[in-house]
Amino acid sequence: MEVSVSVEGRVTVRSVLDALEAAYPVLRGTIRDYGTGHRRPFLRFFACEQDLSHELPDTLLPDAVVSGAEPFMVVGAISGG
Amino acid sequence: MSGVRVLVGTRKGAFVLTSDGKRQKWDVSGPHFGGWEIYHVKGSPVDPNRLYASQSSGWFGQVMQRSSDGGKTWEPVGNKFEYDGVPGTHQWYDGTPHPWEFKRVWHLEPSLTDPDTVYAGAEDAALFKSTDAGQTWQELSGLRGHGSGSRWTPGAGGMCLHTILLDPVNRARMFIAISAAGAFRTDDAGKTWQPINQGLRSQHIPDPTAEVGHCVHRIAMHRSRPNVLFMQKHWDVMRTDDGGDSWREVSGNLPTDFGFVIDVNAHQPDTVYVVPIKSDSEHYPPDGKLRVYRSKTGGNEWEALSNGLPQKDCYVNVLRDAMAVDALDKCGVYFGTTGGQVYASADEGDNWAPIVRDLPAVVSVEVQTLT
Repeated sequence: MEVSVSVEGRVTVRSVLDALEAAYPVLRGTIRDYGTGHRRPFLRFFACEQDLSHELPDTLLPDAVVSGAEPFMVVGAISGG
Repeated sequence: MSGVRVLVGTRKGAFVLTSDGKRQKWDVSGPHFGGWEIYHVKGSPVDPNRLYASQSSGWFGQVMQRSSDGGKTWEPVGNKFEYDGVPGTHQWYDGTPHPWEFKRVWHLEPSLTDPDTVYAGAEDAALFKSTDAGQTWQELSGLRGHGSGSRWTPGAGGMCLHTILLDPVNRARMFIAISAAGAFRTDDAGKTWQPINQGLRSQHIPDPTAEVGHCVHRIAMHRSRPNVLFMQKHWDVMRTDDGGDSWREVSGNLPTDFGFVIDVNAHQPDTVYVVPIKSDSEHYPPDGKLRVYRSKTGGNEWEALSNGLPQKDCYVNVLRDAMAVDALDKCGVYFGTTGGQVYASADEGDNWAPIVRDLPAVVSVEVQTLT
């Protein structure tokens, strides 16, 4: 599912997820752990064919994501269970 | 017109099964929240249309759901479960200290008096309470903080607070059970707690009669006698007549006293049901025969109930929250299996039939009596 969110200021992993959770409160705690703010282990972050899962939360996202030309993706592990 | 609504939590969604008072023909709704583990669904005794569900997955963690129309539609509510203060550590499998980490809600217990108040039992073991219909949750931290928490250890399934019993007479009293810490009681509405494990004996722990460390699988109460509780432990069926101050074994003539579920007939406080499971590693019925055992004497004397249940090649398990009773006349008894069957008896266990056979593995079963 693809959605658009508006981000004020620097467009980073953290600020995009903050905006996403503000727009869709049900997602709080489901992408980032409430307590630590860390990415949940079975989810990965991608943008512009790059794996951003291990980047720091305040890493700036590519211009293509900022402009909306490319998505910032939150992808669940494909493994079964 | 009376009827029942059976709320089934499975590994891959929730199902709502409804029938009239005859309990012969069933409508099946679901899967709700398809693909998600639904550990528990339970309704408010005050407003039967108010249901709460625990929805979780390894990918996305915990979501809480609420229905106000008996399970037809649902809305997500608050899912923030934060341990109060500095959570500290409990014991890990290897005896080392391990930080408390929230994983999921195992059990929901709506208040007996207010549809917007509900308790949640969590893993790692803790008790939470909401008074705003699930929007926000606060830990009743007196439980973890009463003194023994650092010595609690998980069982193989995780350190879960899986049973919450609300005393219908003394509203300040509650009982909870944790695998593998034991049973606990509060007499002041959750502010302070004490272990109630005197009389339990667990061979697999260093001190078999320790104050905490017993793997209690389930406790059950009849509302007319809140001082009398029945317990299915990791081996042994137990009974207390003094609110948990002391326990005695009532396994009697059971073929094996290992199991997970235990429940009490809605109208007969000394009629108790268990499903014996072969052993702690062989989680299936003895001899491949699925049998419910019933005692009409409050334990010790048990009879096998098997009419309508598979008596050959049956190797399913029945998990700790997967049995329930209704309050119709005669009392209906229900249980779900890891093989995806939900069985019902409309005559106190004398005869059984499957409501459904092919659900995902059943984790929990609750029943609402609708009048």
